[in-house]
Amino acid sequence: MFPELGHYALVLALVVALVQAGLPLAGAQRGESAWMAVAGPAALAQFGLIGFAFATLIQAAIVSDFSVLNVVQNSHSTKPLLYKIAGVWGNHEGSMVLWVTILAGFGAAVAVFGRSLPLPLKARVLAVQAMIGVGFLLFILATSDPFARVDPPPLDGDDLNPLLQDPGLALHPPFLYLGYVGFSMAFSFAIAALIEGRVDPAWARWVRPWTLAAWTCLTLGVALGSWWAYYTLGWGGWWFWDPVENASLMPWLAGTALLHSAIVVEKRDALKSWTLLLAILTFSLSLIGTFLVRSGVLSSVHAFAVDPARGVFILGLLTVTIGGSLLLYGLRAPALKAGGLFAPISREGALVLNNLLLATATATVLMGTLYPLFLDVLGAGKVSVGAPFFNATFVPLMIPLVTAMVVGPFLSWKRADWAGVLGRLAVVGALATLAVLVACWQSGGGPVMALVGVALAAWAFFGAWLEWAERIALFRAPLRVSLRRAAGLPAAAWGMTLAHAGLGLAIAGMTGSSFWVSERIQVIHPGDTVEIADYHLSFQGVEPVVGPNYDAQRATFVVTQDGRKVGLLAPERRHYTVTGMPLSHAAIRTTGTADLYLALGDEDGTGGWTLRLYHHPLVPWLWLGCGVMVFGGLVSLGDRRLRIGAPSKRRRRPTVPLVPALASSDDSR
Amino acid sequence: MSRWLYALPALVFAALVAYFAAGLTRDPHLVPSALIDKPVPSFALPSLPGSSVGLDSAALATGQPQLLTVFASWCAPCRAEQPVLRHLAEIGVPVRGLNYKDRPEDAVAWLGQYGNPFTSIGVDREGRVALDFGVYGVPETFVIDGQGRIRYKHIGPLTPDDLEQEIMPIIRKYGGF
Repeated sequence: MFPELGHYALVLALVVALVQAGLPLAGAQRGESAWMAVAGPAALAQFGLIGFAFATLIQAAIVSDFSVLNVVQNSHSTKPLLYKIAGVWGNHEGSMVLWVTILAGFGAAVAVFGRSLPLPLKARVLAVQAMIGVGFLLFILATSDPFARVDPPPLDGDDLNPLLQDPGLALHPPFLYLGYVGFSMAFSFAIAALIEGRVDPAWARWVRPWTLAAWTCLTLGVALGSWWAYYTLGWGGWWFWDPVENASLMPWLAGTALLHSAIVVEKRDALKSWTLLLAILTFSLSLIGTFLVRSGVLSSVHAFAVDPARGVFILGLLTVTIGGSLLLYGLRAPALKAGGLFAPISREGALVLNNLLLATATATVLMGTLYPLFLDVLGAGKVSVGAPFFNATFVPLMIPLVTAMVVGPFLSWKRADWAGVLGRLAVVGALATLAVLVACWQSGGGPVMALVGVALAAWAFFGAWLEWAERIALFRAPLRVSLRRAAGLPAAAWGMTLAHAGLGLAIAGMTGSSFWVSERIQVIHPGDTVEIADYHLSFQGVEPVVGPNYDAQRATFVVTQDGRKVGLLAPERRHYTVTGMPLSHAAIRTTGTADLYLALGDEDGTGGWTLRLYHHPLVPWLWLGCGVMVFGGLVSLGDRRLRIGAPSKRRRRPTVPLVPALASSDDSR
Repeated sequence: MSRWLYALPALVFAALVAYFAAGLTRDPHLVPSALIDKPVPSFALPSLPGSSVGLDSAALATGQPQLLTVFASWCAPCRAEQPVLRHLAEIGVPVRGLNYKDRPEDAVAWLGQYGNPFTSIGVDREGRVALDFGVYGVPETFVIDGQGRIRYKHIGPLTPDDLEQEIMPIIRKYGGF
């Protein structure tokens, strides 16, 4: 009975969303506060209903209700509980329900935390949010019913693809969706601002925490996906420029740009119409990311089931949402007043450069992803662009971006002292040079691009910390003073330092694993020894093991380095009994600066086993760097100025840049 | 003038939608060259009944070049290429089979009747993996190098001439024989 209730709750949610999309919007136009007041309770009701529907789906998966088609196709009674739950969003229908649950969740969050928002703004934001909800609830109910029953029910299910039975991938979609859908808040605020015809620093301060939260989740989601690809797919690679991956990278790039341009709106009341456009584009790219890969327009290695009927629906939805909002932008944005002026060399100038480069990078990825389609439609033949295209276009854009990223925070607002800043950066330049020399010595030369990568990584990492050191007057003032200053730094400043330093670490990891990886593939017999980097691995043999829903052959290797035993590695060759699928479960030994990676292949029939070995220098830094970036985002979310409901105080004088007391703390230079 | 600048995003998007709409009418998987020189898509498939060894992407990267042939019991041309595949198996080139949209029991019977040249076989009942490989007909044969990268794709049944003129040169190039 629960699945029917879940289905019914989705229908009710659609009705509530329709009301929420219409009444408050009309109320805001006509100044009827009773109509506008409907928005909050409606958002909560919508979230409650969709959340209930999602819960019934999870319940069906947990109790293995095999009368529900979705559970039959994606679950099995012996599957571990974690993957029974994660299996709910490992398929198209279930992931759509997760998507709308998160969408309604953000709406409810505005209803709860947005008490200090001006009523018309709140009503409009929630109405726009509900419009998106209407579109996607319709999509689920019309084309992707997750609650469909089977009669008679089978005795057991088909189990989930073993590639997806993994903790990394269990958490990857929720965070990715929190990111994608989180950008809907910036979108709804942008549309509301366009309808109102007004953007002010208070607006920017409202948008920023949502954008920051979405960006943090998306960073985590993308990193988890990449990490999963690294250790499960067995290639030891972490990014493949696959359409699905690009689909998550594009909103990340645009969202990063939005995060930075919102600062300019907030502090300087400039770049307003550009920021609105970015807010629209970021969410549009999220939509394209979530839906293009399901529509059959683009093929991908790990696309969801492709279905033309869904494709047409999705295209219609994208056209209405994105086309409608861009049209509104075209009509209303010209009327927005331009804000504060600034010289090219200034904090604003650096942030504009950041935006230009990030926007170009986003466009590049979009082009690379869609180019095969363009050519095909034009009849120019079938081509594909892969890593070579992106390496030739995307990487060159990242070099000036990272270079400028370090300089930007040193510049003052309005007009900066160029020569003075360069002088202060000499220390960072010296440290980066030192890093390159160390890399040269360690790798015996190394390709030029690898050294450029090391230089950029060191530049970003040390640059971020130098800026921090200057803020707290480290080594210039007594340590006690510096510590007190560090404790008093606004959370947003800490967040920036951490995120920028994290990016530096990640770049080091990308560089190391791209240029200095060593790999071997060979057939070995028990008793054999293989060598890679400075490790010796002696193959002890293979023993059978039994897991919850698989049998496996586990090989054991004793790892020695310089004649000293450093550990055991046990890669497995699993065989999932229900699906009959084999899976190579890699064994990874990390030293913190490099990974030793073993994947076991098939037995060759004569007692020999195929073994793939990789030595990935610096790759742990990639994950560490992503983690530090996420941590930076979280820290920044704790900033006082985002928690104080500033708009309520500022409703009457929206165009004054900032309350000085709040602004001075991190603008002091 | 500057008003038009603000309308530009909407215009660009309209062009994009036109492309998407046109793209929807096409089969995205008809890109014969898309996967050449790329790693095989990651996949894992069960075996046929009576065998315990299925097929997954890891099995296609063994350090030695090998072939992946898409076949089905309902496919008449597949019978024609059986002698060629058997020859390859005899000279030691591993040939992996992708059993495409077939009933497993039919496939077992078919292999019993015409011989089984395959080192291992993965069963792709829904044709999902074949979709990832860009397969649009049966039979098709992929040459995969020792690192698991697709180096060549042959459409249609393999003849002895195809083998000598197309397939073997590539296998030799990537280190086999």
